[in-house]
Amino acid sequence: MNGPWSDWGLIDTWIVITAALAAMACALPGTFLLLRRESLMGDALSHATLPGIVLAFLALHALEDAGWLSASGFAAWRHPALFVGAAITGVLCGVLTEKLQRWGRMEPSAALGVVYTSFFALGLLLVRTSADQAHIDPGCVLYGNLEMVITDTIGRTGIPRAVAVNAAMLAINAVLLIVFYKELQLCTFDRDLARSLGIPADRIHLALIAITGATVVAAFDSVGSILVIAMLVAPPATAILLSDRLQSVLIGAVVVAAVTALGGHLAALAVPAVIEGVFRTTTTSSVSTAGMMAVVSGTLFLAAWCFSPRHGLLRQWYDRAHLRQRILSEDVLGVLYRLEELRPDVTPGADRASLAATLSVAPWRLWRALSRLTKRGWIEPGGQGVMLTDVGRTIARGLVRSHRLWESYLAKHFIVPDQRLHQLAEAAEHFVGPQVQQALAEELEQPLHDPHGSKIPPADHNTR
Amino acid sequence: MSPFESLSLLAVTEWARVFLLRDYNTRIVLCGTVLLGIAGGVIGALMLLRKRALVADVASHAALPGIGAAYLLMESYRPDSGRWVPGLLLGATISAALGLLFAQGMGRIRRIKEDAALAITLSLFFGVGIALLTWIQALPTGHAAGLSEFLFGKAAALLARDITSIAVAGGIAVGVVVLLRKEFCLLCFDSEYALASGWPVHGLDVLLTALVIMMTVVGMQSVGLLLIVALMVLPPTAARFWTDRFEPLLWLSGTIGGASAAGGVILSALVPKFAAGAVIVLSGSLLFALSFLFGTRRGVWWRYRGTAATQRQIALDDLLRACYEILEPYLHSPDALTEHPIAQSELLQKGRWSLARLQPLLRLAERSDLLRRDFQDRWRLTATGRRAAIQAARNHRLWELYLIHYADIPLVGADRSADAFEHSLRPEILEQLETMLETQSPRLTVPSNPHAPHDPKLSATATEVRP
Repeated sequence: MNGPWSDWGLIDTWIVITAALAAMACALPGTFLLLRRESLMGDALSHATLPGIVLAFLALHALEDAGWLSASGFAAWRHPALFVGAAITGVLCGVLTEKLQRWGRMEPSAALGVVYTSFFALGLLLVRTSADQAHIDPGCVLYGNLEMVITDTIGRTGIPRAVAVNAAMLAINAVLLIVFYKELQLCTFDRDLARSLGIPADRIHLALIAITGATVVAAFDSVGSILVIAMLVAPPATAILLSDRLQSVLIGAVVVAAVTALGGHLAALAVPAVIEGVFRTTTTSSVSTAGMMAVVSGTLFLAAWCFSPRHGLLRQWYDRAHLRQRILSEDVLGVLYRLEELRPDVTPGADRASLAATLSVAPWRLWRALSRLTKRGWIEPGGQGVMLTDVGRTIARGLVRSHRLWESYLAKHFIVPDQRLHQLAEAAEHFVGPQVQQALAEELEQPLHDPHGSKIPPADHNTR
Repeated sequence: MSPFESLSLLAVTEWARVFLLRDYNTRIVLCGTVLLGIAGGVIGALMLLRKRALVADVASHAALPGIGAAYLLMESYRPDSGRWVPGLLLGATISAALGLLFAQGMGRIRRIKEDAALAITLSLFFGVGIALLTWIQALPTGHAAGLSEFLFGKAAALLARDITSIAVAGGIAVGVVVLLRKEFCLLCFDSEYALASGWPVHGLDVLLTALVIMMTVVGMQSVGLLLIVALMVLPPTAARFWTDRFEPLLWLSGTIGGASAAGGVILSALVPKFAAGAVIVLSGSLLFALSFLFGTRRGVWWRYRGTAATQRQIALDDLLRACYEILEPYLHSPDALTEHPIAQSELLQKGRWSLARLQPLLRLAERSDLLRRDFQDRWRLTATGRRAAIQAARNHRLWELYLIHYADIPLVGADRSADAFEHSLRPEILEQLETMLETQSPRLTVPSNPHAPHDPKLSATATEVRP
């Protein structure tokens, strides 16, 4: 075997198409659930539909036993009946949760927990008690049977039924989204404004839950409940890390969902070989595509978390490191300036060791700061080690001016002990630009000395 | 034979056998699950108050990959040792803890809210778990039967050593809560104050989470990892409807948890094919439903009764006022209010009620001794009814006058606005209204109707009615 592509067949294509359609259909309502902070609703809905599925199944069996339904009729009605049964319990779960919250004044997540665990327990009980009348495997509901989609096709077209169902669901969701886009957006971001504009926010919320329930059920039959939960949350969450606009988040979620489906199936094909290698077993068995899709969606989310250009961890680290570097450089300039001010008669500058000791930083950090400053032409080698250039001196004067103005301002307006003034100003000086300097100076009536008696350097018109 | 038939066919001896715990197996299972129910209820109450009710759900789902991985590891170490329970539970604990850490780490992203973090963790870990489990199922050595018990539970087949582990874990959990109940109380109600006054809030949270993981992992075998969260959500939410106090809530929640576990086990022992795990949860749901309806603190039934009583009073007030208005033209004769009959058609003409609503209302008034039936559909006010009618009309008119004089409400709107308010007028407000409107006459005086055509005799002084 050389990779999953080598024995890719028609069945794999259909599996990926089914999974992608289901995932894309889920991603649309999932985005709104995520924005409304109701992500766990997907989890709840997928658990809560179990009794509906079982009851519908039992009802069909009862009809067949009573002779009202032929065997072929049973086969024909099976899917619609399961769909309706699951949709009813799904909506019931949503409505009950809402009512518990309102009438019992319960916390949303607690209300959700109460409703869906009860529904799920009821479903399990029904499964067990009626096991000899209807063969339903609860595991099947969990894992789905994505691998079997191709066995159930519509007529002679060769298109699997699951593909048609999920495509229809995706189309319905897309149309509803386009038609009610404005209302949904408004209800999601500013419910009170929506209400005051006369948009029935509560009804739209219920409709969203109903649509989510229907989508979940449609996807359920083919991909199982875990995948449904994953697809409702993970692609939208990934997209939300990458973008700030609702439209692009929605599009992004759909794209991520499709990528997840493909990646999940490839992983399902590739992973057994890996595990066999690790555990030194020799069997060729498969892992669940649905399970692997959940894993891939999680991986994509992790990737977005790390590498997102605006909110990613890497970006945060970079920004923080950058800021730290700038602060250190400015501190170096400040120290050099103060040394010149303190001992105008001695050779200017300072050596690396004493600088590192004064600023208490690691030598390599200092080295990086110094080389950056030298490159910019703000300091140059000379004097006792490094010394300020003329440009550097101007900038340093601006910094020291910020520092001392801030100290004076604090001393005038706040009750701060004198020792603390320096510390506070040390933090603030990096963020006080020329305009703030001017405002501070005017407020303090152009002071000449700071509270410690040091001279405040005069303003320079081209600082920084 | 359906379970219900078997229920009805059970001999008395069978019931006695179950209820008297003659059966060793039932005894064992009952002990274990009741302990689990109590501990789950107590811990769950803390989680509910900390607003993290569903963390247990995430912990239990996140435990699945640990079980699968532990099985694979043990199998690869020594074949046929894969179902060694302590090893599997250790794996479950580690991966549940990893899952919650993962969720917590994700909570630090400002864009991802807590619910999304939990949902993502749940689906990701559970997905990995299912992938592992399906893979193990296909192995020639791996009979996943042993592992899928963790999914759906096997309460009916608990062994004595399972009970020991449940008892130890439950004892530890309850013991810790008893010892640290004050600290937990502070944590649940004002964590910021606790932090500010130097309590190790973070440590307490970690401890609580550790207890949740412990209970989840231990309880998984009895009710299954899909339903273990129910043991921590249903009892405290049910208990919340009975009490507003912290410690009673904890113990009540534990009691409800124990009771639902006992009920579930007994029911499943009586009825074949009733899976214990599901029945335990359902009896918890039943207790919740009862508390939700009849709980003394926030029960829906009591609140509904209160509202219904108010609505009845309002309807009666309206009816009596209508009677007064109908009788108003005859007030010059002394006993008009009690002597003059009121036809049902006259009341209908008011346009306030349909026939279907008027008739029960009239019967209600008759029962309350406010009206009495003259003959067929003619009614008369009783002595109590007379007083109440005068009072109702008076409240309405006073409020209406106030609105017209002081709130600049036009004459047409005054009637409707007064309708909304008059029923909630309390005596002291009425008194104030009287003073403001300078109607100095004794209490049972009805101001004239501002809507009536100007009649100098009526509007000059308020209509005097002898009490």
